[in-house]
Order: sequence, then structure tokens, then C-alpha cells
Amino acid sequence: MSQIDYGETQAVFTPRPDLPPPAATVGVLGWVRANLVPNWFNAVITLVGLGVIYYIVSGLLTWAVFDAHFAGNSRQACKPNVNIVMDKVATTGILPDGTTLQLETTAARVAVPEGVSPNVRWERRIEPRPQRVAGGRYARVAVEEDHIIEGACWVFIFVRFDQFIYGFYPKDERWRPTVVIGVGLLLIFYMLTDGLPHRGRVAMFLLLPFPVIAYFMFSGGVLGLEYVSNDKWGGLLLTIIISSVAITGALPLGIALALGRRSVMPIIRWFCIVVIEFFRSVPMITILFMAMVVLPLFLPPGTVFDQLLRVLIGVTIFIAAYTAEVVRGGLQALPKGQYEAADALGLGYFKMMRLIILPQALRIMIPAIVSLFIGIFKDTTLVQIVGLNDLLTMMQLGVADAEWTGLSKEGYVVCGLIFFLFCFSMSRYSMYLERKLHTGH
Amino acid sequence: MSATDTELDVEVDQSKMKISDEIAIQITDMNKWYGSFHVLKDINLTVNQGERIVVCGPSGSGKSTLIRCINRLEEHQQGQILVDNVELSNDLKNIDAVRREVGMVFQHFNLFPHLTVLENCTLAPIWVRKMPKVEAEEIGMRFLETVRIPEQAHKFPGQLSGGQQQRVAIARSLCMNPRIMLFDEPTSALDPEMIKEVLEVMIQLAEQGMTMIVVTHEMGFARKVANRVIFMDAGEIVEQNEPEEFFNNPKSDRTQLFLSQILTH
Repeated sequence: MSQIDYGETQAVFTPRPDLPPPAATVGVLGWVRANLVPNWFNAVITLVGLGVIYYIVSGLLTWAVFDAHFAGNSRQACKPNVNIVMDKVATTGILPDGTTLQLETTAARVAVPEGVSPNVRWERRIEPRPQRVAGGRYARVAVEEDHIIEGACWVFIFVRFDQFIYGFYPKDERWRPTVVIGVGLLLIFYMLTDGLPHRGRVAMFLLLPFPVIAYFMFSGGVLGLEYVSNDKWGGLLLTIIISSVAITGALPLGIALALGRRSVMPIIRWFCIVVIEFFRSVPMITILFMAMVVLPLFLPPGTVFDQLLRVLIGVTIFIAAYTAEVVRGGLQALPKGQYEAADALGLGYFKMMRLIILPQALRIMIPAIVSLFIGIFKDTTLVQIVGLNDLLTMMQLGVADAEWTGLSKEGYVVCGLIFFLFCFSMSRYSMYLERKLHTGH
Repeated sequence: MSATDTELDVEVDQSKMKISDEIAIQITDMNKWYGSFHVLKDINLTVNQGERIVVCGPSGSGKSTLIRCINRLEEHQQGQILVDNVELSNDLKNIDAVRREVGMVFQHFNLFPHLTVLENCTLAPIWVRKMPKVEAEEIGMRFLETVRIPEQAHKFPGQLSGGQQQRVAIARSLCMNPRIMLFDEPTSALDPEMIKEVLEVMIQLAEQGMTMIVVTHEMGFARKVANRVIFMDAGEIVEQNEPEEFFNNPKSDRTQLFLSQILTH
């Protein structure tokens, strides 16, 4: 005989009060316990991880900060530091040429230059070759390989920075792009900030008159501004121009292609399919070469068709084709009911798309679209193969300069950082946008 | 398929619901195919202004398709559908005219998740009826009060329960001031506790004289509110009658079988 226990039933049901979770599972301590040292194995992994991080970060900091050269304006400023360690204790002194000698006690590693007291740490920058020291005599300083501490030469970046940013844009006219990009960034920031008035108008301004104003500011030739032909535009400026034109052009074009691909009208549908599939199936480099070589064939002979413009058209259509496929994915992800509800309210195709379908489809697709835009921002570096001088090209030209040869490490790090800054901002903004537009369903 | 018989403790006075002689919908010899599948066969149906019609039948009998033809969510291939004397054809102008006058409530609500409850209600009046925003919001709030959720106006649909969402969907349709309301299984996706709140709103609507065609398995609602019950099977209207007669004295053997299956649990 088994007895089933049905428990007790309250005659009047009152829900139990909510209790806080156990203390050990919340707060910093709870987090550390749950994530870093839940058991001995994970604790070991945590320790090893910390060790690896320390090794990498300390090495990086030594190169980039502690041993780096910041001051100066020529390659001379970036001679490696050499620590010469002497073997006897001596007092601090000043050599006839003004070099300070400081006390330090360690074992000797190198031959002591004549005239220098032993056992000092000579903190003067010298070269590993005979050098003139105190009293007009020459001393040979032998330096062991591992005592040449090579820090980063940021002097190169400082000296060349203007060219990284502006390319060969004339020095006296550089305020023009600076103003345009600055105002553009401010307006974009204004447009993207919640709760400010007239954001729609700012967006319209950015979309329509602004590019025209920007164009005339860049190229000049009007209102007494000096004409600057666009083969002089370069560096980060060019990178920003190409990517922002490509992005603002590709989004509407891509949406149009995506809608066209789903059209019931066969001619429109087939046209869009051909455009999308063609541009997606060809590498970007090929598109760039084709923009250079093939596009002029379609134009009346003698038309002078700007090189930059050709690149812009090619890149924009290329990205539009990708955007179209991403948007199409978003359209397909929307439940049929959304279309039906909009139809049933009598909205009509364009209002339905604008008010109901696209806002939702684009929201779903924000991560993918932003990935595309991050991709295009980085892909602008490919334009160097058709002879445009973007940021990366300007850096490489700098390294190719005999004075700065061998400093590609510094150049690539800075290029990387600049690209990272832009791409990471885009990525963060997209994450913010996703959170903001998430309406709990 | 499950039929529920939600206990409706509201008194419904059918004598107050006037049916006029004016014809709201006239369907003549209508046929529809999905590819080669003949889904609606020779449908003839006349609905007068002020009628409350419940359409029932087994799954796949074509009842949803029928009411979706009335606002052209589905296209019919043969026959004629007149809604308020406007013929539904490929003429987009006619389709838009009909859709402005016909409201629809779906099984899965189909609210616009990126808009607040109030914006869901004001969207069509503003963009289709070209109504000023302030006026549209006034009307929106009025109908949200009608469906008893004005306090949710500024929430998003995803934050509401199913029953609340369906009531918003009803309010959204009412904001367009439709002459006819179509309900496509409005309570099938709801928990039992929520079915009642939706049905009560629908009863309220019937009492105000709305012409309604309701596809539902809620037989209690049919008994109380409908003036006519239509039974469909295999794409045909098998039988239609007053609810009393329909439930107590079904004429077709197919109707008898259907009723015996859904009414004896």
C-alpha cells in the first residue's frame, strides 16, 4: 500500500515573497568565484592566462612606451639606447662634453670606454662604433647584441602624420578637409544622439547638400579656394571619403536591389538578380581594375572621367550587391503576418515597406550590415592597386623613404590603431543600436 | 482541432443588434485554387450590414481562405466578390478602397513589434486616411479604452500578454473606422484565461452594430452572438443557419459528425 502525499493546499492562495539570491553568487566575489576559480583546474588556467597576458603586455609596453622615442624630428632621434654596465662603484660625474654618468652596481658586460669611470650606467645614446668621448680621445665601445634596446620610433609617425592624414593635399589648404571632416563628424554625432531636436533635418542635410559642399571644399576652384586635383587627396582623408561615399550610396542602392529582387515584375527582378550576382561573384580588385579600364568604354570617347569617381562607382555597386543580399535575408526573416497586417490596413507597397517592413528587416540585419561597412572601411586599402594613396599607402610610402627605412612596425601599428578606432566605434554603435531598438519580443 | 466553449457570463441581447437590408458583402460563384488544389468551390454568400457570422469547420476546410479573399489577402480566380459594392479585381484602387473599409484581426495578432501600442493604432489613420497626428492619437486612445487597455498605450507589443495584444489588434483595426470586421481565429493562440477578455471585447463590438465575420471554434460565442453560423468542409459551404437551429438541429450528416466531435469532449 503506497500513500501518495498531495502536500497541503492553501485555502486562500497567497504567492510567496521574492527572496534575494544566495550571497556567494552575486557581486565581485561571486563573479570571481564563478568565472575565475570555480575549481583547481580552472584556477590553474586562470594563473597561466594571467602569466601570458603579463608577458605580452609587458613586452609591448617596453617597446611602445618605455624604450620608445618620442622627441625629435629626424631619424637621428631614434638611435637605440645602449646600456653600458661597468664593474666598479664610482660617483656620479659629468664628462667634459656634458654627459651625465650615474652610479649603479652591476657586473661588467662591455669593454669600458676610456675616460669613463667603471661601474656606471651610461645613459647616453651612443652608437656601437668608435665614438668620441671625454678629452678628445676615441674609445671603442663594444655593445652586446642584447643590450641594444630598440624602442619604437614614434618620431617617424609624428613627422609623417600630416601625410598619413591628408596625403599630398597642399599644406596651406589642409584646413579645408579638416573643417569638412570635423563638421561631418559633429553632424553625424548629433544625428545619432537621442533626444536632440531636428535630427531628421540634420540627416537630410548630411545626405543631400553636405556631400556637394564637401566636394567643393575638397577640390576648390570656387569662391577663391585654390583648386586641388583629387590625385592629391590621400591618406586617412581618402579612406574616409571612399568609405563614406560607398556606405551612404550602397545602403539605399542595396535596399532597392533587394526589393527589386523580390519584385513580382520579372524584368525588374531579373535585372536585380543579374546585378547582385555579377558584383558578388567578382573580387573587389577585379571590380577596381574594371572601373579603371572597362567603365570608360561605355562612355562617349573623349569624356574625361575622373579616376576617383570611377573607383567610387565601382566600390559602391560592389558593396550595394552585398547589402542587397543582407537586406533580402532580413526581409525573409520577417513573418508573413507583418505583410498581411500592413496589407489589411491598406498601407500599399511603398508605405508598407517604409513604415513596417524595412524598419524591422534593417533592425534584424544591423549586425550584418555593420560588418559589411566595417569590411568596406578596411577594403578601401585595396584602392592602392589602382594608384590611389589611401592611409595604408601613405604609410608604406613613408617607410620607403630612405630616412625612415625599416620602421614599418611603427607604421603598421599606427595604421592598425587608426583602423581599429574607426571600426570599433562602428561596432559599438551597432551594438548600442541593437539594444535600443530591441522592443522585447 | 480543439473547440473550446469558454464560459461567457455577459448577457447578450441580440434583439438590440439591428441587421439592415443593405448588403455589405456579396460573393457569387467564387472559386479559388492554390496551384492545382481547388480550395474554395462555388461559394455564394451574401452578408447584410450588421450581421454577425461565425464560420466553423475542420482544418483545411477553406474558412480562413474565404475571409482572406474578402480583403484580397488571397486572390480568387473565378466568380465575383463585391464589398460595399466595390468589386475586388486586379484594380489596385479597388483593393485599397476595400481594405480601408474592412478591418482584420489575425490569429497571431500581427502587431508591429517596432511600434508602440498607440503607434500601432495611429499608423494607418495617419498614413492611409491622412489624419493629423493629434486627431489620430485621440482616436487611438479612445479605441484602446474600448478594448480596456489605455494604460498600455506607450508599451511595445512584446511587453503585453497574448490577450492584451489581440485586444490591441482589434483596436488597431477599429481606428480605421471599418464597416466590416473579419476575425481569423482570434482566440486560437491564446491561453484560456485570455480568451474571455478578447471575446468580451468582440461582444461589445457586436452590440455596437459592427458587421462581423468570425472564423472560430468558440461555440459559446457563436451561440450567444452570431445571427448566422456557417459550416464549411472541403472548400464548400455545407450548411448555414441560425445558431439555435444549427446546433440543435443540423441538417447535413457532415455537420452532425463535426458537431458531435467538437461538442462531446
